[in-house]
Amino acid sequence: MLPYLALAAVLFSAGLFGVLTRRNTLGILMSLELMFNAANINFVTFNKFISPDNMIGQMFAIFVVVVAAAEAVVGMAIVLLIYRNWQGVNVDNMRIMKW
Amino acid sequence: MTEYSFLICLLPLFAFVMIVFFLRWKERVSAGFSIGMILISWVMSVVVLFETFGREIAYEAGYTFIDLPNFILEIGILIDPLTAVMLVVVTTVGACVEIYSVGYMDGDPLFSRFFAYLSLFLFSMLGLVLANNFFMIFIFWELVGLTSYLLIGFWFEKKSAADACKKAFLTTRIGDLGFLVGLFIIGVFIGTFNYQDVFQRVTEGVAAGWLAPGVVTTAAILVFCGAVGKSAQFPLHVWLPDAMEGPTPVSALIHAATMVAAGVYLVARSMHLFAASADASMVVAVIGIITSVLAATIAITQRDIKRILAYSTVSQLGYMIMALGLYGYDTALGHHSPGFYAGTFHLMNHAFFKGLLFLAAGSVIHAVHTNDIFEMGGLLGKMKKTGYAFLIASLSIAGIFPLSGFWSKDEIVASTHGHPVFMILTLLVAFMTAFYMWRLCFVTFFGKPRDQQRFDHAHESPNVMTYPLIFLAILSICAGWVGLPWLSHGFASFAYHGEAYHPHANWVLMGISTVVAVSGIVLAYLMYYKGSISPEKMAARFKTLHKLSYNKWYFDEIYDIILLKPIMALGRFMWTFDVKVIDGLVNGVAWFTILWADIKEWFDTWIIDGAVNGAGWVVCQGARIGRLLQTGSVQFYALFIMAVSVLFTVLKIDLVTGGSIFSGAAIWIIIGVAALSLLSRLVPKSDREVESEE
Amino acid sequence: MVESNVGPVFYILAFLIIASAVMVVSLKNIFHCALALVMCLFSVAGIYILLNAEFLAAAQVLIYVGAVAVLMIFAIMLTTNLASRNIKQVTENALVSVFICALFCLGTIFLLWATPAKIWRYATESLPVDNTAIIGKYLMTEFVLPFEVVSLLLMAAMIGAIVLARKERS
Repeated sequence: MLPYLALAAVLFSAGLFGVLTRRNTLGILMSLELMFNAANINFVTFNKFISPDNMIGQMFAIFVVVVAAAEAVVGMAIVLLIYRNWQGVNVDNMRIMKW
Repeated sequence: MTEYSFLICLLPLFAFVMIVFFLRWKERVSAGFSIGMILISWVMSVVVLFETFGREIAYEAGYTFIDLPNFILEIGILIDPLTAVMLVVVTTVGACVEIYSVGYMDGDPLFSRFFAYLSLFLFSMLGLVLANNFFMIFIFWELVGLTSYLLIGFWFEKKSAADACKKAFLTTRIGDLGFLVGLFIIGVFIGTFNYQDVFQRVTEGVAAGWLAPGVVTTAAILVFCGAVGKSAQFPLHVWLPDAMEGPTPVSALIHAATMVAAGVYLVARSMHLFAASADASMVVAVIGIITSVLAATIAITQRDIKRILAYSTVSQLGYMIMALGLYGYDTALGHHSPGFYAGTFHLMNHAFFKGLLFLAAGSVIHAVHTNDIFEMGGLLGKMKKTGYAFLIASLSIAGIFPLSGFWSKDEIVASTHGHPVFMILTLLVAFMTAFYMWRLCFVTFFGKPRDQQRFDHAHESPNVMTYPLIFLAILSICAGWVGLPWLSHGFASFAYHGEAYHPHANWVLMGISTVVAVSGIVLAYLMYYKGSISPEKMAARFKTLHKLSYNKWYFDEIYDIILLKPIMALGRFMWTFDVKVIDGLVNGVAWFTILWADIKEWFDTWIIDGAVNGAGWVVCQGARIGRLLQTGSVQFYALFIMAVSVLFTVLKIDLVTGGSIFSGAAIWIIIGVAALSLLSRLVPKSDREVESEE
Repeated sequence: MVESNVGPVFYILAFLIIASAVMVVSLKNIFHCALALVMCLFSVAGIYILLNAEFLAAAQVLIYVGAVAVLMIFAIMLTTNLASRNIKQVTENALVSVFICALFCLGTIFLLWATPAKIWRYATESLPVDNTAIIGKYLMTEFVLPFEVVSLLLMAAMIGAIVLARKERS
């Protein structure tokens, strides 16, 4: 079981790194997908090795996939909007989260 | 009715309260209510008087006001013949004056207030008369002083009135101080304030020897001080003539008939004290006769009608005081004397005819608008009722048979039996009284008018003013008849002290006093009506005497020099002392305070504020660094959150592992590296922008 | 105790996943990143199969590779004119982020191996073979409410995306 979890950890770290460092908004979204997948791998792993009698782990993974899809759709729409308003998708231009 | 006699004094108080709070805006209603209340009081007083006739011992009722372990103050009433007589006198004159005032004060802007004050005064006076102990009488004593002050200064916008009320208040206060000290002595040495207890203990104490005669003498003289102030006796008589600045009804009620008689009443009431001390009684008698002679000599030359009457009042009060003093002296020595009966009897009669004189004088003043008798003249024809009332009263005060003044004055002369000096002076005063009263009558009502314009303007006063005059005139004639020497149960056997006195007709005395009175009138007739003796020549011949008399023996001036000037000088010295030393001290303290405050201010500015501002500065600088963390970039925030959470996780990792690979030092190295790398993030913005513009 | 040993297939897949993930976050060309993402997602689907989650693997391929990744590529093409140019793609946070992420990764892995085996409470039985059927049953019974909520969520996301991306009329 532990190799799977380790793989998930690496994948999650890579996604985290992407989220924290990518300048491109689309890159951030893709890194987010990586993190979702890392979480999903954990769900499925635990489902198989810890509680195979009920399928809640997989069920959760399925919902995560669905929500990720919805997130991707809305995210893409927002990216389009940002692009339209800032003439670019780099987060460097968007330092508005301060007073 | 006697049980409810406390209402006699409470009804005027009720009128006062009602007027002040509810009726003030309706003048006629105020006056009517006030008169109604005093009339009820009058009826009750008369009933009480008749009930007192049959009673052997005095009626007393009261309740304990303050109960101390060995001292009791009570509030109560005492009805004995003296009280009953005084009640009738006060309510009679009071009712007459209030009715008269409706006419006299008509149109005055403070009409309602006048009646409120009058009611308050009547409450105080009746309370004074009804009181059954020295404590209460002192309270009411001060209350009548207050109302006297208010009423003398009723026209307070007039400076002379304002000065007069101050003078009256302060002068009587000197006497009141003595009275108060006397009360303290009574309280300390005798141990009670109740009249009957005090008198009983005084008699017993002196007889048994536990009460020193000196104490009684001191107490009596000090109590007499109160009477000296209130009854305007020498040397505190100076306020009464000035008090004539008040409205004439006030002069009639307060400064002729009732309040000034309160001193006489007090002496009569405390007669046991004086009867226990011959020395004190002699002081009283001497003061009385000095006052009497002095005031009579002054009255001879005055021109102001009200002042003549005022000095006449002082003189007559001196008469009564003297009679009471001689009675006390004689009684202390074991002799019989008609003095007490004479004094109280004259007090009653005097109240009626002097009240009448003042009211009639007020009527005259009302008609001619001047106080100077030498601007009047021949008014009898124009003012019949007023004039005849005035003449009746003048006859009465002069002591002409069979008017009331004759009987009481006779008894006063009789009470000087055995004291030749007093007798001569008393007869002299009787002569002067007849002279100055008839001088006043002849100048005012007879002869030719001296001021034609004023004479033409004169008119009889309205009925509301003349009816009280007529009523009082009847009393001036008849009131004395209750004390006829031929009556077996006359005044003398009703109001008495010790044992009843039975006067007997002394024909020689009657003859002498009649001769004296008639000669006084004849002299006045010759000088001021017939003109056969020129007043100017008389004045020129007795120049010194005339001057002394005309200037009232220079009492005001003497007081000014020996009392006011030193007091003012002392006051100025005190003022200087105050300004230079006290204020200097105060200012010095203030200066020091300011200096100290300056020091504190410096400390506050530089140390305290420095600390506060320094703290603020530190926070500012810290924030200047700290705000660099707020980049506005979500990614940076996320990084920060992750860094902190990861670091904390790493810090606590040995909880799980028991600390295998991350030893303490390693953890701190990791934290340091993380912090440094976070700080490296804080490069100036411009650098980053240059980089990103690539 | 379920066999938890891993075979060479796992290592190959793990290598693919890690490599493609690193490419996703580090390549300068965003379009190449998207392609690496597709690769990564495929490999994750393989991991699912190794974990006996065949339905999830299929869903992964269909949804992620088929829909999300294509969506990404569309978005890239729609938005950026820098798609093919090689410029710096990371912010100045990179250095600190590398440190933090490495720390996180190593810490987690260390924790995994340091945790005593008994704490995990491994299951004794193995996963049912026909778990796809069980998932179907669950979706229609116990999880019917989340299922419906998720469908609502998808609907809301769709409408929201349309509203957001719609060009405003001027």
